[in-house]
Amino acid sequence: MMRSSHLFLILIVLIWSTAARALPEIQSWMTKKGAKVLFVEAHELPMVDIRLIFDAGSARDGEQSGVASLTNALLGQGASGLNADEIAQGFEQKGAKLGSGSERDMAWLSLRSLTDSKLLQPSLELFGKVLVEPDFPKADFKREQQRTLIGLEYQKQKPKSIGSKAFYHDLYGDHPYSSDPSGTSETVKALSAKDLREFYRQYYVARNATVAIVGDVSRKQAQALAASLADALAEGGKAPALPDVAQLGAGKQEFIEHPSTQSHVLMGAPGIRRGDPDYFQLYVGNHILGGSGLVSRISKEIREKRGLSYSAYSYFVPMRREGPYLLGFQTRNDQREETLSVLRDTVQTFIDKGPAEKELESAKNNIIGGFPLRVSSNGKIAEYLAVIGFYDLPLDYLTRFTGNIQAVTVEQIQDAYKRRVHPDRMVTITVGGALKPDDSDS
Amino acid sequence: MRGMLALVLGLFSVVSFAEGLIHEYKLDNGLKLIVKEDHRAPIMVSQVWYKVGSSYEHDGITGVSHVLEHMMFKGTKAIPSGEFSQIISENGGRENAFTSQDYTAYFQTMEKSRLPVSFELEADRMRNLTIPDEEFLKEVQVVMEERRMRTEDNPQSLTYEQFNATAYASSPYRLPVIGWMDDLENLQVGDLRDWYQKWYAPNNATLVVVGDVDPEEVYTLAKKHFGPLKPSEISAVKPRLEIAQRGRKEIKVEAPAKVPYLMMGYKTPVVLTAERPWEPYALEVLAGILDGGDGARLASELVRAKEVAASAGAGYDGHDRMENLFLLSGTPSNGYTVKDLEKALLEQVQRLRETLAEAEELDRVKAQIRADKVYEQDSIFYQAMQIGILETVGLSWKDAEHYLERMEAVTAEQVQAVANKYLVQARLTVAELVPQPIDPDQPPRTAEAAHVH
Repeated sequence: MMRSSHLFLILIVLIWSTAARALPEIQSWMTKKGAKVLFVEAHELPMVDIRLIFDAGSARDGEQSGVASLTNALLGQGASGLNADEIAQGFEQKGAKLGSGSERDMAWLSLRSLTDSKLLQPSLELFGKVLVEPDFPKADFKREQQRTLIGLEYQKQKPKSIGSKAFYHDLYGDHPYSSDPSGTSETVKALSAKDLREFYRQYYVARNATVAIVGDVSRKQAQALAASLADALAEGGKAPALPDVAQLGAGKQEFIEHPSTQSHVLMGAPGIRRGDPDYFQLYVGNHILGGSGLVSRISKEIREKRGLSYSAYSYFVPMRREGPYLLGFQTRNDQREETLSVLRDTVQTFIDKGPAEKELESAKNNIIGGFPLRVSSNGKIAEYLAVIGFYDLPLDYLTRFTGNIQAVTVEQIQDAYKRRVHPDRMVTITVGGALKPDDSDS
Repeated sequence: MRGMLALVLGLFSVVSFAEGLIHEYKLDNGLKLIVKEDHRAPIMVSQVWYKVGSSYEHDGITGVSHVLEHMMFKGTKAIPSGEFSQIISENGGRENAFTSQDYTAYFQTMEKSRLPVSFELEADRMRNLTIPDEEFLKEVQVVMEERRMRTEDNPQSLTYEQFNATAYASSPYRLPVIGWMDDLENLQVGDLRDWYQKWYAPNNATLVVVGDVDPEEVYTLAKKHFGPLKPSEISAVKPRLEIAQRGRKEIKVEAPAKVPYLMMGYKTPVVLTAERPWEPYALEVLAGILDGGDGARLASELVRAKEVAASAGAGYDGHDRMENLFLLSGTPSNGYTVKDLEKALLEQVQRLRETLAEAEELDRVKAQIRADKVYEQDSIFYQAMQIGILETVGLSWKDAEHYLERMEAVTAEQVQAVANKYLVQARLTVAELVPQPIDPDQPPRTAEAAHVH
């Protein structure tokens, strides 16, 4: 009844027109000192989102694992002689929100503000101070260092975090992606405020920055705004290229005992880069295999058919260099081997036989038909701008997105999976409880 | 194209804050429909809210509302199991569902022309769910896995669950939404069928649509799909009020963990139950004074100045169906114990009772609320959610429109008054997570030993 041709006819006709209508127009330019700016004008709501993204994630930590993350966390803790209270309260009394964060590739600082100039101007000035004149006060450093150490302890009580750390470690070996962005107790204890200052000086510079702006400001305002922030930074230089990621030569299995009722299993290998030539084939392929929630093959096999897990999934994390391809689930300890073999079989079958035409059609309908949802808010558009700018994706990335999806064929997916995904050379991490002798797996 | 759309809409941006763009309808079978126009992007969200959740449950069947939520994807006479999600997916949609103490809700976010697909499917499963035995047997296992993941293996969630079960004596808020494991293990398919018959009917539901839609067209479409559904006799919900607490309660939760954790909760009224209508709003401002951002008292004083807390938070939500808890929680920093943190939090409460909050603090809280009112319009999902919650707990979407003025009206004296009336020892429950070794070879720690040093 629901699969009436009527509804599906509408689908085909409407997709293209609406996808085109929903597209934000991206404007881009460089500031004097060489920061790249991406801007989308959106006047519906009297607010603006500003985000500065730096190539200053934990991939830049070197021996000092955790330094990128702590540097980022300290920015708002003291700047231009203002203390943490004055900074936080300064934003709050204008209803503005300061944000910051760092991962492996990027570190960022963001501001969300109303565009009423009585509110925006003072918030922008304060934001500029946090960005350009952070003080890294010793006492604040020591406190944040201690809080990071407690955070590291906290992660040790979460099987998922334990598994994720081991996973990256085994996947990346000597590559900078190997270590966890929050560092280890040893490396964090060894850091000083001076280390943070030096890290900041090298990486929080105009040539290493991308500026994303979305909101109720004109191009002229956006230009002035971007210049006032990015050009106040030292010019500096781009961070050097990251080393290549080596593919795994052999599979590896690791078991980490943890007193949990479930086992968390993570399986994978280095996957794809941003701008990877196989990106769309693998993205659509994974959508079918494990990336589309309950209707994906992995979820159907593990959850829908067998009731073995609440969440079973797979996804690529495209990064500057090959980010991980990650497949996983959690299940009661005594079911972990059974579930793992279902996962392995599902992946192997997908590689051997490829997706069915019908599955590909459904995946395209979902991705293309749902495209307007991806760019429906200022917040989501700002995220896209950050990724497009930071990873040097073409400015028409969003315009061409649906066309790129539409062009993918069953053969291309199968070919890309055969070349790029090798289950026999994957790392498998299991974090969970030891089994009693009478349990089903030994 | 977004640019041009923006230009036109810019003229109406003031109007969009007013009540004019929300439309309320009622179908003959009792289904309420609320439509909010938001034409920023060619999308819509459609949500069906049922007045049922864990606070409608009783001992022995805890978690039944949530398991039923899972079963709603497991087929009707017309749509076999698994097809619902497949159809939504093929139509470019994102969908899911959630269950809380006070409600169960289902949603689809889709390109705007897909609304008929959403309505047809939701109307169908409102009355025609089959709940096959074999699907139930698998799905209840999935829910048990969900419980293991969210609660059993998460020491802070475990603490929260036991804290709740201690704080409330007679209120159904003491029951975990996901249900006790033992109840899940003994749940029968008949329990689910009964629950579905009892609560799933148009006259116990609210349909909320927000997005680039025409309200009259939505109404016509709703009548077409939901109109033919028969209403049920919905039995009145008994009040099940919380009995008066007579003194402080305290528990310790021992679980494998690395970091101690403290939860404190004071029994507080909500908008629906408050003796004086301003009290819940004063409690919310009070929460903002303590934890309205990194510049508020807990971060400023406990995390930074005293360094007694590695993290500390406060929270209150006046939009629950029944009397609830004003919560304080946190993790002590290195060198401090949970007792030290508790003392510091109690000092904060004491200060609120004795001294008026400063004008600047109140201004800061209100400035953030004003701004948040604008920011939240960036998400149609959030807007729909707000309407759905208010309507389902027994308030009205109009309360969201008046929220800002009610918050603006709160005075420092009112904040002090609610602190003195509600943040008192006799209404307090305290739970401490006492970490046990994760390494199985280490000896267990006792709660008492953890306090020394």
